[in-house]
Amino acid sequence: MAPTPTRTLTALTLTLGLTLTACSGNDTQGITDDTVTVGMIHSLSGTMAISEVTVRDAVQLAIDEINADGGVLGRTITPVIEDGASNETTFAERAEKLLQSDNAATVFGGWTSASRKAMLPVFERNNGLLWYPVQYEGLEASPNIVYTGATTNQQIIPALDYLREQGHTSLYLVGSDYVFPRTANQIITAYADAHDMDITAEEYTPLGHTEYSTITNDIARTEPDAVFNTLNGDSNVSFFQQLRSAGVTADDTPVLSVSVAEEEVEGIGTDNITGHLTAWNYYQTTDNDTNGVFVDAFTERYGTDRVTSDPMQSAYNSVYLWKAAVEAADSFDVDDVRAALDGITIDAPEGTITLDGDTQHVIKTARIGQVNDEGLIDEIWTSPEPIVPDPYLQGYDWAADLNG
Amino acid sequence: MTTTEPTPTLLHRLRGPATLAALLAAALLLLPQLLEPFRLNLLAQYLCYAIVALGIALAWGRGGMLTLGQGVYFGLGAYAMAMHLTLQATAADPLAPDLPPFMVWSGLTQLPWFWRPFTSPAVAVLAAILIPGTLAALLGWSVFRRRVRGAYFAILNQALAAAFVILLIGQQHLTGGSNGLTNFPVFAGQSLYTPTAQTTLYTLTVLTLTATYLLFRHITHSRYGKLLIAVRDAEDRVRYLGHNPTWIKTLAYTLAAMAAGAAGALFVPIMGIISPTLIGVIPSIMMVLAVAIGGRHSLAGAAAGAIIMNTAQTTFAETFAGGWTYLQGALFVLVIALAPQGLAGLATTLKNRLTRPTPTEPDPAPAPAAERSTP
Repeated sequence: MAPTPTRTLTALTLTLGLTLTACSGNDTQGITDDTVTVGMIHSLSGTMAISEVTVRDAVQLAIDEINADGGVLGRTITPVIEDGASNETTFAERAEKLLQSDNAATVFGGWTSASRKAMLPVFERNNGLLWYPVQYEGLEASPNIVYTGATTNQQIIPALDYLREQGHTSLYLVGSDYVFPRTANQIITAYADAHDMDITAEEYTPLGHTEYSTITNDIARTEPDAVFNTLNGDSNVSFFQQLRSAGVTADDTPVLSVSVAEEEVEGIGTDNITGHLTAWNYYQTTDNDTNGVFVDAFTERYGTDRVTSDPMQSAYNSVYLWKAAVEAADSFDVDDVRAALDGITIDAPEGTITLDGDTQHVIKTARIGQVNDEGLIDEIWTSPEPIVPDPYLQGYDWAADLNG
Repeated sequence: MTTTEPTPTLLHRLRGPATLAALLAAALLLLPQLLEPFRLNLLAQYLCYAIVALGIALAWGRGGMLTLGQGVYFGLGAYAMAMHLTLQATAADPLAPDLPPFMVWSGLTQLPWFWRPFTSPAVAVLAAILIPGTLAALLGWSVFRRRVRGAYFAILNQALAAAFVILLIGQQHLTGGSNGLTNFPVFAGQSLYTPTAQTTLYTLTVLTLTATYLLFRHITHSRYGKLLIAVRDAEDRVRYLGHNPTWIKTLAYTLAAMAAGAAGALFVPIMGIISPTLIGVIPSIMMVLAVAIGGRHSLAGAAAGAIIMNTAQTTFAETFAGGWTYLQGALFVLVIALAPQGLAGLATTLKNRLTRPTPTEPDPAPAPAAERSTP
């Protein structure tokens, strides 16, 4: 076999050429007299794109609204949009680019826990600031992340309180196999132990799974009081269809979902899910003036067939919270903005929300909703007051074993 | 080597090593100066995939074994290193408990037995190469002995990748689940994220890639290399000639796995993360695809294929955040349609056209006798 100088050389030329092309990306000045660069990182391709694109739209809407209103500290927000491609390494890689090459003042994005975990060290070592908009499994409080979605004591625990109030004492747990459902179910099991409730089963299926007849028949046969559903994405479509075929109705056995919002209801088919329950902090139907303005602006921009959901709303709030913090600090510097976070309050579509500086989470109200026959979600229960975030569940005795 | 190379002049013989030396010098001296740290880090990541590609070129290009599950061996190497780094990070943080946070939360009170050896960096590095090697040797031996080959072997590899991912996700309290392992800032007391550390890691990766290339090149030029090609093209005839194809194939498969393991171990400190989605079925296919694009019959081509594919992916994604996947798909289709032997095959053809207007002798590249019969 010949030594392959020509081939090696060709390969080298091609490689160097491509590498240099990749490197010639223009380095932008993060903050100029007129503009401030921010990063947006969402999965625009891959399995998560369907969810994350809606969040990107909401962030873009907020940025455009703020720019139309004079920008932040007199500067127009210039977003740099990156594709996380539903892949953790890509998120970490793109985040690094946003912070190092684009000098982004702040970054909005992330959805899956894995993408957040992957970006966390990047933001910590570059001292960046990430606004993460999705409800998650808690157990985290990085000084370089602001969590604008709910942590477990603002979503899962209120949902359990609600089910208990309704007299549901036996729960069937079904979830996709990844970190959020597994951690959520650990919390649910600990809660059930402490409150005399019964967990009849704990089932996991791979992400994207579509065959649920074994589980739905099991639910029909064992008749638990309620099902706690942490399935993610498309699996919900199959699950609810097959649950209906198995003859389980919302009246007999309500399914409480924590990852099904307005966006997903449409895909599942309203008929299949009407009457079932969800736990969030915001619904499109949430009744206040700010939400009216938000829903109108969103549908005007993206079409009347579009719906608004909790993660979209949290992402939309992120931009306004960042603006308020920047203005309070009178600086774009991450350390200054962080110091100004505590107590920042805005009127959001979900109501008035306040940032908690210690945890960098948002103090927000929990809401249980019921899917109506128009495919929207009606609020049927609200926590008596906004709940202070407790990502490590330190205020709950029964959770002592969980946080070591 | 002398049999296929017509009249090797001194110049001819020196050209290979000279190119390699020039490449190495450019990679080690020039690029760290030219590229900003972030780009250098990306390039180091691509080079890790190039090391995997070398292994695939050996097992698939030379040995005809379609290794569609290299993500498993890459992942084993990566997890071995990540476990060590996680333990280091836990030990370095005075506020943290003695266990990695995900274990504490899962209710573990002490370190699982199989994590303990990984406190030692030497064990981690050795394990990153030997565990993939051992698994591949065992699997290869049992499978090749029963003469499983072609599509069945490829499917077996895919199943292995799928099973490995399910295992990692299901054992969240032991493996970190779908989040994988991440957030490890220190190695041997040094911060991993200083420019010096990143340049060191990059240099280490370049050297590993070079060493792997030289080793595999030596192997393919040896008597064993000829046997491997013979087994690929006519396994039964080799058997009738008195050789045992089982060990010939197992050796190449094992070496490929060890290269993937080493690449995984380098990947983790460079990228700072390993998770099941990086090593499952689709990443495994992408690793093979890179080799198909570069040219599976050429080691250099395969390595270049991995670098080119990953660079193109980054460039496309940066330029067209929304539609880059279409461009990437188009690139695959184009290369496979126009250059079925990959870019290396295309280069050889071009060279032959340019230097020999009337090709009188067959292509020196050891393309298989019957191209369609190989998987």
